[in-house]
Amino acid sequence: MILVFIEHKDCVLNKTSLEAVAAAQAIGKDLGLKATAVIPCGSGECTLAQEIAGYDLEKVIVAKSEKLGTYTPDGYADAWEQVIKATNPQYVVMSHTYQVRDFAPKVAARLGREVVGDVIRYRAEGGKLVLTRRIFLGKLDADVTVGGEAPYFVTFQSGSFRGENAAKGSAAVETMDVSVGDLRMTPEAPFQEAKASVDLTKSEIIVAVGRGIKSQENIAVAQQLADVLGADLAASRPICDNDWLPIDRQIGSSGQTVAPKVYIALGISGAIQHIVGMKNAGTIVAINKDAEAPIFDIADYGIVGDLFEAVPVMVEEIKKANG
Amino acid sequence: MKIIVLMKQVANKDAVLRISADEKWINEADVAQQTNESDGYALEEALRMKEAKGEGEVIVCSLGPQSAKTVIKDALARGADRAVHVVVDDSKTLSPYQIAAAIVDAIREENADLVFAGLQSDDSSFGQTGVILAELLGIPHATIVIEVDRSKLNGTVRLKRELESGWYQWFTYQTPALLTIQSGISQIRYASLKGIMAAKKKEIRDVAPTIADLAGKQTIQKVYLPLKTKQTQLLGNGDAKAGAVELVEKLKVEVRVI
Repeated sequence: MILVFIEHKDCVLNKTSLEAVAAAQAIGKDLGLKATAVIPCGSGECTLAQEIAGYDLEKVIVAKSEKLGTYTPDGYADAWEQVIKATNPQYVVMSHTYQVRDFAPKVAARLGREVVGDVIRYRAEGGKLVLTRRIFLGKLDADVTVGGEAPYFVTFQSGSFRGENAAKGSAAVETMDVSVGDLRMTPEAPFQEAKASVDLTKSEIIVAVGRGIKSQENIAVAQQLADVLGADLAASRPICDNDWLPIDRQIGSSGQTVAPKVYIALGISGAIQHIVGMKNAGTIVAINKDAEAPIFDIADYGIVGDLFEAVPVMVEEIKKANG
Repeated sequence: MKIIVLMKQVANKDAVLRISADEKWINEADVAQQTNESDGYALEEALRMKEAKGEGEVIVCSLGPQSAKTVIKDALARGADRAVHVVVDDSKTLSPYQIAAAIVDAIREENADLVFAGLQSDDSSFGQTGVILAELLGIPHATIVIEVDRSKLNGTVRLKRELESGWYQWFTYQTPALLTIQSGISQIRYASLKGIMAAKKKEIRDVAPTIADLAGKQTIQKVYLPLKTKQTQLLGNGDAKAGAVELVEKLKVEVRVI
């Protein structure tokens, strides 16, 4: 069997979990295994269980302990260890979210195993999986195999599977009481730093700058392009880390996820963490000096060259076109 | 207060990578090396904590070939007090569990109050060596830490974790604990000339580890250039200005946003 993790906050589903369900179903089909969903849950009714039971799964296991109400790595590791030992899965499949990155390697390590993380696709060969992950900041792909006995732990990058492709069905819900030991960490309530004053998810056109912009002063170059296009300005993480643009302009896994009609990436190499935030843009334009930058793998139009030569010319041409 | 900082030498971010003849890694010989980005931030945070506390020791630990001494010496020049080098020539064939186990053997006796690591490496990007190491050491861990409350360091550490989509959460941890540090947690200091001179007298302890076999090890079978998901129209043929003119034409005629 395959266990698939359902992530939630106060019973509100993290949508990437449906991608994990789709991944587990696909692997199950290829290897002849059934998938079972696991929902860690605190006290009270698990309102999410019925929703997940509407998918084509063998079972939905609600792993229950009053100490699982708020996420902690110790609590989740204890719960998962017991569920795995009780069910003996072949594979444990999860979405590569920040929460999963926090606890999954701990669970695997307890069982003397590791996680094949941030996988983008797989193929089945001789009853086992060959898993592909990105290495060197997205510049190369690596096909990876895992030795030894099951269980094998796999986390999939967001977007590798489509949640709406998760097959519907009807699964039985089962509650498993788990015992959670002492928690060595005390969580406070999650919060948003500053309410994002800029909502880039509604933008039609985005001009985004990365490391290649080189200095805060140079952001004016990108701003001019944004102005003539009626676009919003955004940035990759290093720009916001340097305070060259405020954090509410950040695109990527730790910032906003956008899907504008056009996304123009200036001097952005295209690390995975950035790409997950913008790859669903209608048209992607990349201007970068480095011909091997991963951003070109997903770009519709590319200019390999100096953005400081290209952008002023673009501004002039657009002004001409606009009359 | 004793803090161990795990640091890794990786290929330079901007290096042009060539796949090795056996197609299992890159040709490292022709690539410039640097300190893994988030590990640099981990060191900076450790130095700032020691300064805030007014006492303590910061120990750098790196696993890798002799060339990793460059990373270690740079860390000592920035202010780390001493170093442990777990010398492994062919470290790229090791999996995260093996790396974590070898480092645990080398640092267990140090009984550090805190262990810091970067969030993930820029080459293998396993993103789990620190977490496994904490489990093997029997201490709690927190990943993706973006701030540490340096005013509260007495048997506990209060830290801010980054969640997704602009959310954050504070946790208070019992120490000892392991933290993986997110890039951008603070501005990294440069090594001063004085620091570089002082570093020459600092201790670097070389450790020859026993690398244990791991049944459930993950192994790279083949490395290759990513399959392109899109057919990219490259414009300008190397001339950025000509490309810009062509691009505006495309945005007008094909994409229709102008």
